[in-house]
Amino acid sequence: MNNKVTSTGDSPKVGSVINKKWLIEQKSLIALIMLIVVVSFLNEYFFTVDNLLNILRQTSVIAILAAGMTLVILTAGIDLSVGSILALCGAFAASMISMEIPVLIAVPVSLLGGAALGSVAGMIIAKGKVQAFIATLVTMTLLRGVTMVYTDGRPISTGFTDVADVFAWFGTGYLFGIPVPVWLMIGVFSSIWYLLNHTRFGRYIYALGGNESATLLSGINVDRIKIGVYSICGLLSALAGIIITSRLSSAQPTAGMGYELDAIAAVVVGGTSLMGGKGRIMGTLIGALIIGVLNNALNLLDVSSYYQMIVKAVVILLAVLVDTKHK
Amino acid sequence: MNQPILELKGIHKSFPGVKALDNASLNVYPGKVMALMGENGAGKSTLMKVLTGIYSLDDGEIFYKNKQVKFTGPRHSQEAGIGIIHQELNLIPELTIAENIFLGREITNRFGAIKWSVMFDEAQALLDRLNVKHKPSQLLGELSLGEQQMVEIAKALSFKSEVIIMDEPTDALTDTETASLFTVINELRDEGYGIVYISHRLKEIFQICDDITVLRDGKFIAQRKVAETDEESLIELMVGRRLDEQYPRVESKHGTTCLEVKNLSAAGVEDVSFTLDHGEILGISGLMGAGRTELMKAIYGALKRHSGQLLVEGKAIDPRSPQEGLASGIAYISEDRKGDGLVLGLSVKENMSLCSLKYFSKGMQLDHRAESLAVEDFIHLFNIKTPSRNQIIGNLSGGNQQKVAIAKGLMTRPKILILDEPTRGVDVGAKKEIYQLINQFKEEGMSIILVSSEMPEVLGMSDRILVMHQGRISGEFMASDADQEKIMACAFGHNTKELSA
Ligand SMILES: Nc1ncnc2c1ncn2[C@@H]1O[C@H](COP(=O)(O)OP(=O)(O)OP(=O)(O)O)[C@@H](O)[C@H]1O
Ligand SMILES: [Mg+2]
Repeated sequence: MNNKVTSTGDSPKVGSVINKKWLIEQKSLIALIMLIVVVSFLNEYFFTVDNLLNILRQTSVIAILAAGMTLVILTAGIDLSVGSILALCGAFAASMISMEIPVLIAVPVSLLGGAALGSVAGMIIAKGKVQAFIATLVTMTLLRGVTMVYTDGRPISTGFTDVADVFAWFGTGYLFGIPVPVWLMIGVFSSIWYLLNHTRFGRYIYALGGNESATLLSGINVDRIKIGVYSICGLLSALAGIIITSRLSSAQPTAGMGYELDAIAAVVVGGTSLMGGKGRIMGTLIGALIIGVLNNALNLLDVSSYYQMIVKAVVILLAVLVDTKHK
Repeated sequence: MNQPILELKGIHKSFPGVKALDNASLNVYPGKVMALMGENGAGKSTLMKVLTGIYSLDDGEIFYKNKQVKFTGPRHSQEAGIGIIHQELNLIPELTIAENIFLGREITNRFGAIKWSVMFDEAQALLDRLNVKHKPSQLLGELSLGEQQMVEIAKALSFKSEVIIMDEPTDALTDTETASLFTVINELRDEGYGIVYISHRLKEIFQICDDITVLRDGKFIAQRKVAETDEESLIELMVGRRLDEQYPRVESKHGTTCLEVKNLSAAGVEDVSFTLDHGEILGISGLMGAGRTELMKAIYGALKRHSGQLLVEGKAIDPRSPQEGLASGIAYISEDRKGDGLVLGLSVKENMSLCSLKYFSKGMQLDHRAESLAVEDFIHLFNIKTPSRNQIIGNLSGGNQQKVAIAKGLMTRPKILILDEPTRGVDVGAKKEIYQLINQFKEEGMSIILVSSEMPEVLGMSDRILVMHQGRISGEFMASDADQEKIMACAFGHNTKELSA
């Protein structure tokens, strides 16, 4: 009928597609590289293996939170409770460790606890038809309160036992010269990448975020997808909590306060749309790194923390503007 | 012929991988209705979007009132006097009718407060003119698709336009609504407006238009006077070849009973019973709002059933969600592509396989190869015009989106395929391709329910026809004894249950 437009088979391996997709993803990557180059000129300590590993380790917590947040935002939702889940699960893990409960039990239990807390929010959203913002605002406040009650407002030390030493590995250990939190971050991002690109669940996440009623009418259990993403987000928040607690050998009741906003910023800088349905997990990693590098650089350059906030805000705005310009 | 008010000359426009317009031209004359015709993906909507500045043009010239112009966006072209009604609705369901009509140019007093009564009065006047029986203060979301389309038309009229473009305005309209639209078009013509009318319905073209411009593959093909053309030569201009019989009905031996619906009631559906055989096409006719879509959604499980029984191949089923409907072998293709049919932000592939991903996965993992092969098959089978299966479906022309939607249903290999207005916005050639495919699946024993407001389609394709009126079945005919009048009579509620085997 028409031979101007032919349907050509192209897999992601074909050059032209890779170029285009890559270029769009690379915009934030280019921004990251430019940032690194500029800061390297301004400060000679910046571009050293030590400092770069340091940045990666510092970024890992926000990056892991942002990975879960990406899933939630792809479904057109939002999760404000990540910081609170981080604190509560961190405290829970710390008290288990202080009671010398083996790491192999304590860690999975607090991870599952995080998933369970997330799934509660998911349930409220899916079954109760409450808006994600409200539902997670409630759980955020509630769980922070529970953390305060649980810890009595004081840090919980992991103690000085052998168990505590093993537990400290998560935050302070190294594997092949690279900090363990960085490995965890890599593991999390690889798994989420796999989930989004190679499983039905991942496909449904995009569909749900793109058009909920069409997804429902396509015979997909939308509630299950929603509960699923909030559970994963909760689980990753718990993981972040374990890393922080392990690093400090104690759980702070105020840990993770405000982290939800950093995580959301990383997702948005990484090019994921808050409207849902559009975005890539690797964009989020780059977004988190941009924020991490920026934090590190501003510290190295002795910028006062008051100005840091202003600079950060401007960079986030720029990143988002560049992104919308392209669309 | 008099001087055109609007002239588009040698327009070129490319998208990545697609040459949408390739030397397209169009003249619009004051006091005349110009039909713009062409197959799905010929570039009609794109040409209008280039005109109104939504897309920038690669090459070409636009003259408006003898001056060369370049509009920077819809607002700009609207202010210059060119109003457009887009193929896809662009209204906000949460706002009232009046707010939608005056969106962005609310009538305010000196201090910026909205003068509601003035706005409502003006909106009311527009609605009256179009014969829409709703209050301007009603929420748009409460209106049917067709009524929303009428509001879109009212909105275009509310601008002080000299040229009005209508991109498939009657797609979702009932016959009466279409009639009132035509009355308005005739009035506008008499008042000297220049009108562009895009439609795939040949009948309407001959009824309402004065001239016809044909596009094919983005190229200007011909401009003709309606009075000097006939359907056949028009189709030939559009498709580039002759088409034989439009409704290729195949006789097939009906098998055993596939679906039995007993005394089904749901919101908008009352006490409906019917049966459907294997290898049968059952047409469902009726006016818009007669409960056809509700009935179908209730069978599929997308709408709660109050009472009644469903049997598939003799086994009782009780689908409470689309998921369970699909699992029982029922597939439903929605009439509302943008609303709940497709995920416009996803690719052709991802949309087409959305219902049937479990056939394309091994355990948890997606089998991308199998998925792509199947999708590629359907792209060829349906002749879907897309640069690749990874194209975002929102970028496809309306008709091609529809083909993907049908393919999506077929991919689940259902026992019962429910098609709700399957050829809405589909061009003549593609319609026939879709009919042939439906027939092919029918011959393989699939049972098909065809809900359609297009009478010739129902009459031409179905083996048996049910007519609905106010949620009930008001008539049942074998195809051989049905005709337009009998069906219309039932659609208006004159109960003439007549069935001869
Ligand atoms: N934004 C876009 N990006 C990429 N391709 C596009 C875009 N818009 C349109 N196209 C392509 O341009 C071609 C012309 O599309 P257009 O919507 O103008 O067709 P049409 O004549 O209106 O068809 P229909 O009758 O089905 O509505 C199609 O091949 C379509 O896929
Ligand atoms: Mg179109």
